[in-house]
Amino acid sequence: MNKMNIFATVGRVFLAFLAVTGRLAVFMGEALSHCVRPPIFWGLILQQMLRIGYFSLPVVGLTAFFTGAVLCLQIYVGGNRYGAESFVPQIVVLGITRELGPVIAGLMVAGRVAAAIAAEIGTMRVTEQIDALTTLSTNPVKYLVTPRLIAAVISMPILVAIADSIGVFGGYIVATNSLNFNGAVYLKNTANFVTNEDVVSGLTKAAVFGFIIALMGCYNGFNSKGGAQGVGAATTNAVVSASILILAANYVLTSVFFTH
Amino acid sequence: MSVPKIELKGVKKRFGPKVVLDGIDLSINAGDSLVIIGGSGSGKSVTIKCVLGIIRPDAGTITVDGEEVTHLHGSKRDEYLRKFGMLFQGGALFDSLPVWENVAFGLIQGRGVDRKHAREIAIEKLAKVGLGPEVASLSPAELSGGMQKRVGLARAIAADPQIIFFDEPTTGLDPIMADVINDLIASTVRNLGVTALSITHDLVSARKISNRIAMIYKGKIIWDGATKDIDHSGNPYVDQFIHGSAQGPIQMEVRR
Repeated sequence: MNKMNIFATVGRVFLAFLAVTGRLAVFMGEALSHCVRPPIFWGLILQQMLRIGYFSLPVVGLTAFFTGAVLCLQIYVGGNRYGAESFVPQIVVLGITRELGPVIAGLMVAGRVAAAIAAEIGTMRVTEQIDALTTLSTNPVKYLVTPRLIAAVISMPILVAIADSIGVFGGYIVATNSLNFNGAVYLKNTANFVTNEDVVSGLTKAAVFGFIIALMGCYNGFNSKGGAQGVGAATTNAVVSASILILAANYVLTSVFFTH
Repeated sequence: MSVPKIELKGVKKRFGPKVVLDGIDLSINAGDSLVIIGGSGSGKSVTIKCVLGIIRPDAGTITVDGEEVTHLHGSKRDEYLRKFGMLFQGGALFDSLPVWENVAFGLIQGRGVDRKHAREIAIEKLAKVGLGPEVASLSPAELSGGMQKRVGLARAIAADPQIIFFDEPTTGLDPIMADVINDLIASTVRNLGVTALSITHDLVSARKISNRIAMIYKGKIIWDGATKDIDHSGNPYVDQFIHGSAQGPIQMEVRR
């Protein structure tokens, strides 16, 4: 009997997972179809780029600076064991551009933006504002979701490009002030080592992460139920699901870019 | 015999095990102002949302101007929705937009009217619900509940709809403001010559804004007649509801 209960529970969880995956796929398909069908709300896209990209700059910039700084320190300490401390600039720029820049920025923006999107759209759902959009002959997915998706996919690579620069600068500051590196040599080694592929792979990841962040924020907001508690749950789910999907997507993208 | 403006036949809707609409039959002629009364959870809001296509019914047909509308989508659905204006229970104003943009939203986004002209129309519609141009630039959060209802009403009539839905128009308002809103609804419906469908618990409001009343109970229309006949309906359910009595055939599901 107990065995049956376990099977039933596992089955229920699995079916619920499939149902959510299906709903998410349908939602994503509808949102993507609106990306290429006029009218496109350019004003809303610019407004969202400002919110998602520009207003995230201080948070992402500060995080990138300290990440670059601590990366530099750790690589120096680790490299020192093998007499390899001179490779600090190369490893810092590689680590920042390929992995830490996009991932740290992605997680910070997930916390800030996915939560804000889910809370805003969730509140619109429970106060019937989304139904009001429908009655005013405006498709809610086109008006609310598509501009956020486009804006996030454009903003994130720009944000990560800036984060990469600030992260490398953080490493440079620590290396030249605390570890006695020559500034010119540090910058020369950094510039000579980094390749287009390193930067482009990071920026591509950023675009994918931007898509994930906006999609999870919108999906959870759209499907929020009840009142304040429902919106709170939607906000939490948006941040948690976006963060997990970013880390999973990062692994997949790294495998695609660097193992073939 | 003329085609009804709105006609529902055998409309059914369930959410999981809960049956909300259990075969709704309702016909509304052009120019009618019908109010659906009924207890909480009896399916009033779901009925309206089915007509608007926000919720798809499980069975039955809904026709507007003789056209079956339950399966409309895309541009045909947008075109269909242009016939409607709706006043939501909580106003449902977009808090990211100023009052005038709320009123003009359907004109700008739905019909491509330029913003300058749309603002002029919005101010004109605000005047019709007794609000001055100084309100136009305010945010919805700066308005009282009564003013938000008026803005909602201005938004509902902004695009000159043929049909207006009113969802609990007086809920949450003091009796004087509720009467002001009732007068506004009655005069708006009369002056614009639109077809109106309202849902409410408020019998004072129902008597004032309608010429017909229908009562919904357990997902079915159990009485439908002229407003003046509501006190002599001969239906014990209607009698209990309009007298607000705990004794009668309607038993509240209260666990003791």
